[in-house]
Amino acid sequence: MHPLLRTVLQRLGLGLITLFVVSLIIFSAIEFLPGDFAKAILGQSATPETVEAFQKEIGLDKPAHERYLNWIGGVLQGDFGSSFSSRVGFRRSVMEIIGPRLLNTLFLAGITALVAIPLALGLGLLAALYRNSIFDRAVNAVTLTTISFPEFFVAYILMLFLAVKFPIFHSLSNVSADMPFFEKLQRTALPVLTLTLVIVAHMMRMTRAAIISLLASPYIEMARLKGVSPGQIILRHALPNAWAPIANVIAFNLAYLVVGAVVVEVVFVYPGIGQAMVDAVRSRDIPVVQACALIFAVTYILLNLLADVISIATNPRLLHPR
Amino acid sequence: MEQTAPSAPQRIVKARRTLAQNIWRTLKKAPYSAWFGMIVIALYIFVALFAPWIAPYGEAEIVSQVPFDAWSWAHWLGTDQLGRDMFTRLLYGARNTLGIALATTLLAFAIGGGLGIIASIFRGWIDQLLSRAVDTLMAIPQLIFALILLSIFGSSVQNLIIIIAVLDSTRVFRLARSVAMNVVVMDYVEAAKLRGEKLGWILFREVLPNIMPTMIAEFGLRFCFVFLTISALSFLGLGIQPPTADWGSMVRENATLITYNDITPLIPAGAIALLTVAVNFVVDWFLHKTSGLRDEK
Amino acid sequence: MSELEQKLKQATSLAGKGKVSRRDFIQLAMLAGFTAAAGNAMFVKAVRAEPKKGGSARFGLAHGATTDTLDPVGYPDTFTQCAFWGALSNSLTEVDAKGNVVPDLAESYEPSDGAKKWAFKLRKGATFHDGKTVTPDDVVASFRHHMGADSKSAAKSLLDPIADIKADGPETVIFTLKDGSADFPYLVSDYHIPIMPVKDGKSDWQSGVRTGPFVLEKFEPGVSAKFKRNPNYFKSNQPYLDEVEFIAITDVAARTNALTTGDVDWIGRADLKTLELLKRNPNVEILELSGYGHYVLPMNTTMAPFDNNDVRTAIKYAINREEIQKKIFLDHATVANDNPIAKAVKYSIDPEPKYKYDPDKAKFHLKKAGYETLKVDLSVADAAFAGAVDAGVLIKETAAKCGIDINVVREAEDAYWDNVWLKKPWCASYWSGRPTCDWAFSIAYAKDAAWNETYWKNPRFNELLIQARAELDDAKRAAMYGEMQQLVHDDGGTIVLVFNNFVTANSKKLAHGDVAPNWENDGLKIAERWWLA
Repeated sequence: MHPLLRTVLQRLGLGLITLFVVSLIIFSAIEFLPGDFAKAILGQSATPETVEAFQKEIGLDKPAHERYLNWIGGVLQGDFGSSFSSRVGFRRSVMEIIGPRLLNTLFLAGITALVAIPLALGLGLLAALYRNSIFDRAVNAVTLTTISFPEFFVAYILMLFLAVKFPIFHSLSNVSADMPFFEKLQRTALPVLTLTLVIVAHMMRMTRAAIISLLASPYIEMARLKGVSPGQIILRHALPNAWAPIANVIAFNLAYLVVGAVVVEVVFVYPGIGQAMVDAVRSRDIPVVQACALIFAVTYILLNLLADVISIATNPRLLHPR
Repeated sequence: MEQTAPSAPQRIVKARRTLAQNIWRTLKKAPYSAWFGMIVIALYIFVALFAPWIAPYGEAEIVSQVPFDAWSWAHWLGTDQLGRDMFTRLLYGARNTLGIALATTLLAFAIGGGLGIIASIFRGWIDQLLSRAVDTLMAIPQLIFALILLSIFGSSVQNLIIIIAVLDSTRVFRLARSVAMNVVVMDYVEAAKLRGEKLGWILFREVLPNIMPTMIAEFGLRFCFVFLTISALSFLGLGIQPPTADWGSMVRENATLITYNDITPLIPAGAIALLTVAVNFVVDWFLHKTSGLRDEK
Repeated sequence: MSELEQKLKQATSLAGKGKVSRRDFIQLAMLAGFTAAAGNAMFVKAVRAEPKKGGSARFGLAHGATTDTLDPVGYPDTFTQCAFWGALSNSLTEVDAKGNVVPDLAESYEPSDGAKKWAFKLRKGATFHDGKTVTPDDVVASFRHHMGADSKSAAKSLLDPIADIKADGPETVIFTLKDGSADFPYLVSDYHIPIMPVKDGKSDWQSGVRTGPFVLEKFEPGVSAKFKRNPNYFKSNQPYLDEVEFIAITDVAARTNALTTGDVDWIGRADLKTLELLKRNPNVEILELSGYGHYVLPMNTTMAPFDNNDVRTAIKYAINREEIQKKIFLDHATVANDNPIAKAVKYSIDPEPKYKYDPDKAKFHLKKAGYETLKVDLSVADAAFAGAVDAGVLIKETAAKCGIDINVVREAEDAYWDNVWLKKPWCASYWSGRPTCDWAFSIAYAKDAAWNETYWKNPRFNELLIQARAELDDAKRAAMYGEMQQLVHDDGGTIVLVFNNFVTANSKKLAHGDVAPNWENDGLKIAERWWLA
């Protein structure tokens, strides 16, 4: 079997086990949460009778293991179950609730990635090429500053300058599915910008460091002695060998875009999946929390797998062992 | 034996230099950015330690009858909604934010670092077990998991520290394990094992000193991440609880003021950012020094 | 009135309808002795004051969650209430801007048998959005939706007094109550009881087909709800807007920015901290209204030391309500005097003595109760009301000077109503208020009310409650409710800190008439009642 294929299969198998354990952990964690959906949703107006009626309707009166087995059985058949906010005669499937939000999140993450990754790579390579120059220091200082401020703060500042003082963009990013693409793009501009500022620094610094650490290796020394230009050395000799750490840090940041954008979603009122998950945790809507957790875990596992594949594929020693 | 004799006097000369001298020598060569970083960190530590003595008022003391009093000589940064002195809250915020972040990071390193080294020494099923457990934990989004756990256990300071430390220790584990893996295959560790040294000895005398530089650098970065995480949790209403002063919630509570050109909420955010930058400067220099990388063209 | 003044008055009303030009109006005003500038101002005011049709508006609400549904058994906060009741539906009655109950989907109502029987006659020609006529069967099913043993409706206990509902002919519904209740028409104005079409014997809430001023176009839970005008609405003049959209913006800074940038035309629950700064914006109007809602600190009157009325009175004197009003609510609340009935409510009194911060009186009552010093726990969380924790911090300070050592326990916000409220001896709580004395007292002060948060059982009070309910003589009722309010004030376990003001902000593009104080956002009916200036 091709070593690449073997790694992929191995990882996928492990991933499935991880998913199972994740679902088990999340399920039991929520079991320990004080209060349940009925009480959380009814708030002050919960009377013992209404709570009981509620619990019966959404099946909360059954023992925990039975509920878990029912749920996991459904998931194996591709059915994530119904949200607790369903009522008799009105099934609200989990996918119905988080589906559109997941698409929004992927849209936001995708656009941000399209902006941030080339930017980070470009800046990283240039900073490595002109290391210790004014340019290098300036880029370093700026990126360092942007990750040093809390995310919500960056968001508020951008909102102040680009939406309130100079109304270039919208302060609300309440996109919806039927919006034309360009309007959607314009509405998401501020969240994209915020997230870009947050993740570029990390990726750019890693790119720079990975390249620079290779510059001391003998084969680069050799190329330099041959008289290859510094730009060529970095692009042709250093970069191909630096893909592994770069791919890893990119995967990490992409996972963050899907999972960690809650704060940005709150500030810009972006209907993404993070907000849905926070709502679901607060209201103890277990099927929704579970589905979100699984989606996040899958994203994480797949992105890491991709990073591994890239590092193997770009490393001849790993690609052709022995 | 005879062969080593000529070098002996040299060694004695070297040994005469005390630790303090060594540190001084290194520091003298440090770039300005690192100096700046160290001074800032020292200042923060000083403020954190002596906040009760420096601060003009008490942490939760109500000193003004007017909410949102303006900047004045009595109240350098004005007062907050309840009439508490903002400057005092800022100083105490340093104490709380730094203390909690430091405790969390230390705990995360104790757990993650310890287990990482153990995994690398024993290998086999212990390594497999720990690594898989960590993989699983990492696949659960941190912020959400913290949210659930904090709801279960309540968001007291101790719980906050423990929960974030455990979640954060996964990343420390990975790093410690991979770095230690490179060390434990070295001959001197093998030798120690063959000599029949105890686990603690191998851990503290052979492995730990050799992975220290990388871990210290990581410690600095993790420390910054931890208090950015805490401020994000405060933003979502689950971080440090009032009346304890912390920078994250100070920004959050007054964020709407920014729209009206009032820069008071900028100050705690600036305090967070300045410290992060300072730590990064020091870490950069430290990494540069210990890794022996040469940046020449 | 001179002829000119008469003419000017006429012109003012015509200007509102757009039938007089600005030029003509100003000329007339100048003839009547006004300057040109004053005339212009009068013209602008006249134009704004008269409702106009057309246009669209976006409302930024402080609530909204992914768990929201169209089902009226829920409607937990202003998002569902404003959108799915105020804009989409009607109840049988509604409360107007003066706090009086007036017919809505019902045309008229008539009590009989000592207010035990109520006949509601439905409005002729009222239809659902799909064109179906509203029948008594629809009404019966809409009420039954909340009743019955397995109901999980928040309105279940509200409708408990109803013994039977039945249709009587093609346009009348008869309610039979367990006891007489003069205030029953108020009760059916509740936002939980919109009238929905009946389908297979059950209320069809899923389709979103109702009777209201707007037709539902799109609803994304936790994001937004979009509506367009109902062309066949039974109130011929309302609504004024063609399209409305409700947007959920829970972050207060984001909400404020959305208003200033024009992404929304109105926001609910404006940020009190920066309200003064928002007021400087020339395009923004701020609306502040004292409603029925109040923030309370209920003490369990069956548990020591709160079972002693002198202890309760001592604590009532140990709280500086003015300071709390000023610092926590930044003057956007009205100091209360342990009477849960707001001034705007009929039969409200202002009981004496006033509980002002008075360490001497507090110490006096404490001593009378046999305590030199007292140590008690106060459980708070911002889930009870925003600012509850800070209020606890302030109370601790003032009470300490009265010899009362209060340990402020910060409880978890999650599950607060479940674990703390009705369980801890002294905690923080919130009431959105009710439009009648009877309703407010029955729900939280009657001896076996499920939400009697103080476990207060005053025999005289409970006796009066039953008597007053069936009494149809106004003067006698006033006397009874007055005595009851005095009892709650003197002997009750509830500390009513303040009545909260509803503070909203809107772009001056929007205009409105007198605003109803019974609930937030013009009685939740902002979509129906407001128009574009």
